[in-house]
Amino acid sequence: MSGMVEKRAAGLWLTHAGLILGVALIGFPIYLAFVASTVTQGDIIRPPMPVVPGGHFIENYREALVSGINAPVWQMLVNSMVMALGIALGKIAISILSAFAIVYFRFPLRHVFFWLIFLTLMLPVEVRIVPTYEVAANFGLLNSYSGLILPLIASATATFLFRQFFLTVPDELAEAARVDGARPMRFFIDILLPMSRTNIAALFVILFIYGWNQYLWPLLITTDPEMNTIVMGIKQMFPSGDDFANWPVIMATAILATLPPVLVVIAMQRLFVKGLIESEK
Amino acid sequence: MDKRVTFGGWTLPYLLLLPQVAVTAVFFFWPAAQAIYQSAFIPDPFGLKALFVGFGNFSFLLTDPFYLASFQTTAVFSGLVTIVSMALALWLAVMADRIIKGSGAYRTMLIWPYAVAPAVAGVLWLFMFSPNVGLVSWYLGVLGYDWNHVLNPNEAMGLVVVASSWSRISYNFLFFLAGLQAIPKSVIEAAAIDGAHFWRRFWTIVFPLLSPVTFFLLVVNVVYAFFETFGVIHTITSGGPQQATTILVYKVYSDGFVGQDLGSSAAQSVILLLVVGALTVIQFRYIERRVHY
Repeated sequence: MSGMVEKRAAGLWLTHAGLILGVALIGFPIYLAFVASTVTQGDIIRPPMPVVPGGHFIENYREALVSGINAPVWQMLVNSMVMALGIALGKIAISILSAFAIVYFRFPLRHVFFWLIFLTLMLPVEVRIVPTYEVAANFGLLNSYSGLILPLIASATATFLFRQFFLTVPDELAEAARVDGARPMRFFIDILLPMSRTNIAALFVILFIYGWNQYLWPLLITTDPEMNTIVMGIKQMFPSGDDFANWPVIMATAILATLPPVLVVIAMQRLFVKGLIESEK
Repeated sequence: MDKRVTFGGWTLPYLLLLPQVAVTAVFFFWPAAQAIYQSAFIPDPFGLKALFVGFGNFSFLLTDPFYLASFQTTAVFSGLVTIVSMALALWLAVMADRIIKGSGAYRTMLIWPYAVAPAVAGVLWLFMFSPNVGLVSWYLGVLGYDWNHVLNPNEAMGLVVVASSWSRISYNFLFFLAGLQAIPKSVIEAAAIDGAHFWRRFWTIVFPLLSPVTFFLLVVNVVYAFFETFGVIHTITSGGPQQATTILVYKVYSDGFVGQDLGSSAAQSVILLLVVGALTVIQFRYIERRVHY
């Protein structure tokens, strides 16, 4: 009996050891980036670089935030924040309205609209790069927040998620609202919206990260460094010739680019997992 | 599925749909139609007029060795990313599922890479393997291996695969863990009483029960590798060396924006549309099946 318990205890320690190894391997790239953001350029260009943090944290981050390389990083952080919030809130707003229309009304061409929205799943920005860029350029949206946000704001996934949720809302609620003579929008604002709170929050986490991490679209439409987002701006900090890249400042920027979405995921872990698993159903 | 109770009126639902339909029409359907239209033309170098070539761009592409090579590159790349990221994630999820105390802490420490943008992941891995300053490439040099992904196509492919897989592990881990936790413990205990070892139990009972999750992840990981890894490729290799890492999406970008070959880029967009369409149909069929049980 005791032999079996010992064997299980050994297995448990082995499992812990395996997980710790996994955590360490997965965390290593970001740890090394952090170390690089706390040392000097000289420490890095004479390899091997140190593997413990140095004493230049404040000066590297100050240099990145205040002056950056093409544009100050604080400016890029603001741009990323506007873009991520605009995409997340915009997607939620237009999706919840259209899901409400599709579930709670009967009108001509309802199914056509439903399929049109569904088809957007098949049109990621990556496959319609040039023509979408031309449309944005024709509307004068280059180097603007609207240009960063609008073309990415339609989402079949969010519409479906709200549709699925509305279908589970008991009919009695709408019935009662109708008997009371409530207008549809009153029902939407007073009953449906509060009931959707958790879904909205879960979706917000996923969409905020989606918006923050966009790369190709900002790369195309923000040619002015002042409008760059931080995720796309990092690559622009590399010199084009054979010069050494300013690694401490670049790595400080990489850490700053990673911090907001990582904090959102960790702080809202439960909602994040719910949002991730439900939005893929 | 329809609601029994609905509201009357036609104007309000159209107004509610308007924002989404307008954005979809202007930024999704119009550009997609433009891509289809432009794929039938070759613009002259001054952009003044375009020569109608019908399916000419397509027949050129399908015999173009560079395009066919890009197809092959994409297949190798997405196959490797899918296998590497799913295998590592499954291994971690199986271990995390065995832990009762403290599994939350491990989960937190394993899910954060999801939030790191693929483009940032690219920069992190580029830094470790940079031929002149990278820590890993330096130690490889000490061991006698001369790492240079800037010149060596296989090393370039290896690096973009590892960086793309790294940023995908968390996602796969969460789905595998949810799948494992949904398997009733009584099934596994019954097998344990019968004396089946852990790995035997895993391959004969657990893995088959996970197959819906595995199949779902196979499809979404291929979609990820096809379309969402642009940032990794652009930051690490820019498609090189000698186009060794030019996946299809990267080629649409480089031919359309860098090479200004608009007809070809549009035709490539149309081919990619068909690829996404097929993948979406596979995914959707799977969703339907899941709804049934």
